[in-house]
Amino acid sequence: MGGLLSSSIARKVAMALSALFLIFFLIIHLAVNLTSLFSESVYNDLSHFMGTNPLVQFGLQPVLIFGVVFHFVMGFILELKNKKSRNVKYIKFNGAANASWMSRNMAISGGVILIFIVIHFIDFWIPELNIKFVQGDMSGMENGEYRYFAHLQHKFMNPVKVGIYVVAFVLLALHLLHGFQSAFQSIGFNNKYSKFVKNLGVIYSIVIPLGFIVIALYHYFNH
Amino acid sequence: MDLTLKIWRQKGPQDKGQMVEYKVTDISEHMSFLEMMDVLNESLVAKNEVPIAFDHDCREGICGMCSLHINGEPHGPDRGITTCQLHMRTFKDGDTIYIEPFRAKAFPVIKDLVVDRTAFERIQQAGGYISVNTSGNTQDANAIPISKHNADLSMDAAACIGCGACVASCKNSSAMLFVSAKVSQYALLPQGKIEAKDRVKNMVAQMDLEGFGNCTNTGACEVECPKSISLENIARMNREYLKASI
Repeated sequence: MGGLLSSSIARKVAMALSALFLIFFLIIHLAVNLTSLFSESVYNDLSHFMGTNPLVQFGLQPVLIFGVVFHFVMGFILELKNKKSRNVKYIKFNGAANASWMSRNMAISGGVILIFIVIHFIDFWIPELNIKFVQGDMSGMENGEYRYFAHLQHKFMNPVKVGIYVVAFVLLALHLLHGFQSAFQSIGFNNKYSKFVKNLGVIYSIVIPLGFIVIALYHYFNH
Repeated sequence: MDLTLKIWRQKGPQDKGQMVEYKVTDISEHMSFLEMMDVLNESLVAKNEVPIAFDHDCREGICGMCSLHINGEPHGPDRGITTCQLHMRTFKDGDTIYIEPFRAKAFPVIKDLVVDRTAFERIQQAGGYISVNTSGNTQDANAIPISKHNADLSMDAAACIGCGACVASCKNSSAMLFVSAKVSQYALLPQGKIEAKDRVKNMVAQMDLEGFGNCTNTGACEVECPKSISLENIARMNREYLKASI
């Protein structure tokens, strides 16, 4: 990868910017999903809007997919490069003495999240694409009413799947616990507000994944 | 105290190398770590064996020459000190101590525990300087007003002795703490502003060329740095780099 992203710092900043974009996206995603706890009709209306609005579908969605793919590909490239930078390993390496587990294992937590995203896409995204763009049914209707809420409940009937979701969200929390403040450090943000950003990062990293876990469990126990 | 030492032995750059076990006895807790190594080497010489090669010079934490990865950490388990300032009282009678060279592709082993750290020299040569006339017409540095805040931050960055512990401790073998300290010490002062853009770009380019890994902000370097160089310097370098590139 040459040109604009040839330098280590440029890659680091690109990684951080894609992370901040995904961090913002998660807030929107959670906000929409949370409505399913309170109102079936609001969740259905929002889902239909997000699923059929051309700006969302053909403007924001490709940007989101690019952001996700870029973050994973760049993370993978950097991980390979970093592994090569130490060609002979230490016999004894006490990584826990100077850095958190989260910061040392971003590739592991990121890998689990990648597997989760594949499962999530197979679960929700691919069936949606099939209905809308293969079958050509843009109505969002099934048996005379919006299908989104019913589909959501149906997806969370399987306890194994709910378990996978919960584990993935715990790993997401661990990924974010390092990644949130790390993204700010990478773009050069280190000043008197850094402590606030770190604390905000901890709150975000717990609240957002917990929100998704609550939604998965709620629909499992209330279908 | 009596200790078991597991030490990396490697005859030369091309040798594969291996850990070799040694026993040392009657080690005083008041000895420095390097003095303990001296005692071991004297016993090896007495037995007609090749002594263990390790770097050292000032032995007072200033020169940045000593290295050693001790029990999984550069400069050993204590904080804010170099290996020469590490004392045997840190260890207990009967302990097993692992002693390895600093590991990084950019720091190849020369012999035993000695590694080639000239990659740092080349990074420094790429931009770690200011161009001033030293022909006798040099302006008195004190004639240029500098805020106390910036002067302090610059001096903190300049405390880096270039030992390479940041690289050795980093899981990615990243040299960003070292490079950022060298960039920061000039970027914070008016004398360094003129060449600031070229400096950061050239030093980062040389760092990448040397084969160091990329920083993932684990913070291990800051913890292990014998001079407690702050991660703030890396953020500053990132800002300087972005300013220079955009």
